[in-house]
Amino acid sequence: MTVEDLRRSPLASYPGVTEIPFLTMVNVRVPPTGDAAARISARLGGPLPVVPNSVVEAGRRHILWLGPDEWLVVGPDGDRELPGMLPEAVDVSANRTTIEVRSRDLLEHGCTLDLHPRAFHAGRCAQTTIARTQVILWQTSDEPVYRLLVRGSFATYLADWLSDAACS
Amino acid sequence: MRLAQGGEIDRTRPLTFTLDGVEYTGFDGDTLASAMLANGIVQVAPSLYRQRPRGIFSAGVEEPNALVQVGAEPSLQATTVRLRAGLVARTLSGVGRLTPEPEQHRYDKRFTHTDILVIGAGPSGRMAARTAAAGGARVILVGAGLPELSDPSGNVESRGPLGGIGDELAATQLRVLTGATAFGYYDSNYVLVAHKQTLWHIRARRVILATGAHEQPIVFENNDRPGIMLAGAVRKYITQYAVLPGRNAVVCTTNDSAYATVAALVQAGARVTVVDSRPIPPDLAPKGVEVISGLVTNTEGRHRITAAAVTTGSTQDRRIECDLLAVSGGWQPAVHLFSQSRGSVRWNGQAFVPDASAQANRVVGAANGTFDTRAALIEAAEAAVEAAAAVGYPVAMPPLPAVQEREITPDNPVWLVPGDPANQFVDLQRDATVADVRRAVGAGMRSPEHVKRYTTIGTGADQGRTSNIPALGVIAEALGTTPGELGTTTFRAPSVPVSFALMAGRDRGKLHDPIRTTPIHSWHVTNGAEFENVGQWKRPWFYPKPGEDMETAVLRECRAARTGVGMQDASTLGKIEVVGPDAGEFLNRMYTNAFKKLAVGSARYGMMCKADGMVFDDGVTMRLADDRYYVTTTTGGAANVLDWFEEWSQTEWPELAVTFTSVTEQWSTIAVVGPRSRAVIGLVAPDLDVSNEAFPFMTFRETTLHNGIPARIARISFSGELAYEVNVSGWYGLAAWEAIHEEGRPYGITPYGTETMHVLRAEKGFPIVGQDTDGTVTPHDLGMSWIVSQRKDFVGKRSLRRPDTARPDRKHLVGLLPVDPGQLLPEGAQMVALDAPTTPPVPMEGHVTSSYRSAALERTFALALIRNGRNRIGETLRAPLGDRVIEAIVTEPVFYDKEGARRDG
Repeated sequence: MTVEDLRRSPLASYPGVTEIPFLTMVNVRVPPTGDAAARISARLGGPLPVVPNSVVEAGRRHILWLGPDEWLVVGPDGDRELPGMLPEAVDVSANRTTIEVRSRDLLEHGCTLDLHPRAFHAGRCAQTTIARTQVILWQTSDEPVYRLLVRGSFATYLADWLSDAACS
Repeated sequence: MRLAQGGEIDRTRPLTFTLDGVEYTGFDGDTLASAMLANGIVQVAPSLYRQRPRGIFSAGVEEPNALVQVGAEPSLQATTVRLRAGLVARTLSGVGRLTPEPEQHRYDKRFTHTDILVIGAGPSGRMAARTAAAGGARVILVGAGLPELSDPSGNVESRGPLGGIGDELAATQLRVLTGATAFGYYDSNYVLVAHKQTLWHIRARRVILATGAHEQPIVFENNDRPGIMLAGAVRKYITQYAVLPGRNAVVCTTNDSAYATVAALVQAGARVTVVDSRPIPPDLAPKGVEVISGLVTNTEGRHRITAAAVTTGSTQDRRIECDLLAVSGGWQPAVHLFSQSRGSVRWNGQAFVPDASAQANRVVGAANGTFDTRAALIEAAEAAVEAAAAVGYPVAMPPLPAVQEREITPDNPVWLVPGDPANQFVDLQRDATVADVRRAVGAGMRSPEHVKRYTTIGTGADQGRTSNIPALGVIAEALGTTPGELGTTTFRAPSVPVSFALMAGRDRGKLHDPIRTTPIHSWHVTNGAEFENVGQWKRPWFYPKPGEDMETAVLRECRAARTGVGMQDASTLGKIEVVGPDAGEFLNRMYTNAFKKLAVGSARYGMMCKADGMVFDDGVTMRLADDRYYVTTTTGGAANVLDWFEEWSQTEWPELAVTFTSVTEQWSTIAVVGPRSRAVIGLVAPDLDVSNEAFPFMTFRETTLHNGIPARIARISFSGELAYEVNVSGWYGLAAWEAIHEEGRPYGITPYGTETMHVLRAEKGFPIVGQDTDGTVTPHDLGMSWIVSQRKDFVGKRSLRRPDTARPDRKHLVGLLPVDPGQLLPEGAQMVALDAPTTPPVPMEGHVTSSYRSAALERTFALALIRNGRNRIGETLRAPLGDRVIEAIVTEPVFYDKEGARRDG
């Protein structure tokens, strides 16, 4: 048994909701232009995106634009290198969990953003609310596939809400 | 009476329904009102105040009389309730009653965006939507129609009242909502639409309003009898529902539109007499119909009209027997939504019509006062072409259908016919008469807004659709002016009644507000914790064992923490990482005490004030590295503290290189408290030297627990006891908790909740921000001057020098010991002096902020904010509590281990 077996994700025992647990995430806050941003981009192998609400792919990681001086770098489960690799970064891997949703219709019951393909598509992300909780909404595919990155303490509420909304 | 043929009802599908306990039959496609008329029922419940007989008056949302209760739903209009099998309805006299039963239906919300929103699915609205969608723009068409005729998918309509609009446009981005009503229009073209049990929030780049017009009545004596109806409604009952509301009709009109009703009545076999207000009525009536130039002045009949009195200019007055009086006083454009959008209206001599838009919208067709069909269609098409171009999906002007043009005889509007004002009804739903309006004007009111409130005209569920304009006419006449000079009353959302359940959507029950839980929550539930709500968090309050009440459980938990070892889930504490070369400088400016020189590996308790010098938040901060701090906040204050940091960083000190990241859920925090905590931590973290010398108070160590979990363990105490806080990744929170619980078992480790935490800290006189403070308390008031730096500047420092905040006799946090050690002071109790009078005014000395039973002290005790309290130690005060009085002695606020000897174990 490894120590990883002791991990428990917020929705580990929640039926009917697709959780992608244990993604590695770090929050990066640096001025968008300057040495730090350049160094971080070089280290990640992809530029910190400057287009609001856009996502850049950098190898097996993705860089999400959260604000003019804030990014979320998301790596796969077990990306042990990422948390310590950027001196300015803050490890937030356990801060949120990730729920996958494959229906725009479902999200439109509680998300006020325009999710029509003309306005939102793969490679876009947004900090918004679904029902009464904050999420980072990230569309990963035009099928569509969305990821909802939600604070661990709100995950059960959001799962309850999604399950309820899916019944309508 | 149902006609033998015609109408849009489905005669193959008869439906049985019950009204006021009697069973009737109608057809699919009927409204409740049309089915009633088909069964010969025109009369509904009597009026609200005067108990006068009333009847079905209209065929739509303007209905003032025909209110019904359907099942649990009160105050529905029979004219808008779609008939269904087994429907049970009861007529209501103006007032319905909500059922106390919980709402069983599922209500929902949808949020959507569109390029162009068309409101109204009449000819103009359909033309606008069809045209606008042809270029590929996203278009939503909202139309009333009847519920359930729409495609269940809620998407493109394929049949029903929209007449196949979906077939030709299935490939476009057109979405049609039928049976839907737009009722609220807000800034940025934000429109709320009620669609069955779903509340749509629609944001549009352009809005085209094709909301139509409402026919207006004429005010004459006894104009409220059953059998008096709007002329357009009579036509709708005949043509859409194949129902003839009366066989012997008088049609009273001021305009051409009622002649369509005359034709329909004649074709349906009714006998008709026309009374036209114009001196020379147009030649529009079918052959054989008598047309009189004149006005109806009065009516006869009790439960149904039996005759109309008619005055004519030239000939003798007449009395015409009838069982139906169809009235048309002209048409008022439905400007409710346009007006809500802040568009202005103007009086054109007959009605208020839209004037200037305040948002990106246009009004077309009858809603714009354009009653000629061809002109309305051109207007709608032009608006659509303009909107489509504006949103980037241009279209050409479409071909217009051939519509027969005809000559129009101008209207001769009449608001009021002479008669007894006490029986001339202006608002049927509110039972308000011309006499009421004149009384209001006589009392000095001039503004329609004042008259509306005095008479309640226009405040019914029908929103005055058939009363506002006649009321303005009557007021104008009384004041010798015109409705245009008076202006309208304000139009407000919702323009049709909507239920609370619809507005609530799925924000009910457990989804009403998010419940936040920690990674250890499932353990607390399994182990029988009672929970306390702290903000949105569920926190364990205490863990009663079988047979224990709260008091017993808390005393046991307190005893364990003071004599053995206890553990608490403190994961809800707010946590913020503060990063950057200026992190120390920033924290120095935010906290009353200094953090810049805190050593890496050490922790410090800090207090923060708002700019007014009042305590805002507190917590322990650890320095992780030269440029990195780990700040903890109160559970309830986390979001506010983060916002506060961002505000000062962004607006006041942008030159400081510092950033903030919330990590509240990144970390699970477990407090291990009590004299035996060192032994437990030693077992759980075998790599750690837990001796006091190697791991002193207010330091922290990074280590690995025996099961491999990385942990940051700090020596922090909120109880005065030897204590540790174990911080692990949220993923490991439950595993770490279980490991500590397991290792602590030989020591009788006792999980405890927030109540025990409160007692332990109060015994030590540690205040809780928000319980012992309320935004009017300075650090000095708390007796914590030691935490206020004299050397550096910080937010709130200047305010602490104000004479009022610096005076020595402010309310101070002190202890209270009830004279009878068994008596518990209620929190919030006001304290008064022993010699205070027993009748008001009674000078208040302060109030109890925290009060508990203490296992360690073997008695009750309290904390209180008392005027000049620190200078009154030893004085006895009284808490008058209605039927009893508790006396208590003022003490220092530290009750237990004043020397702090227990901190290091």
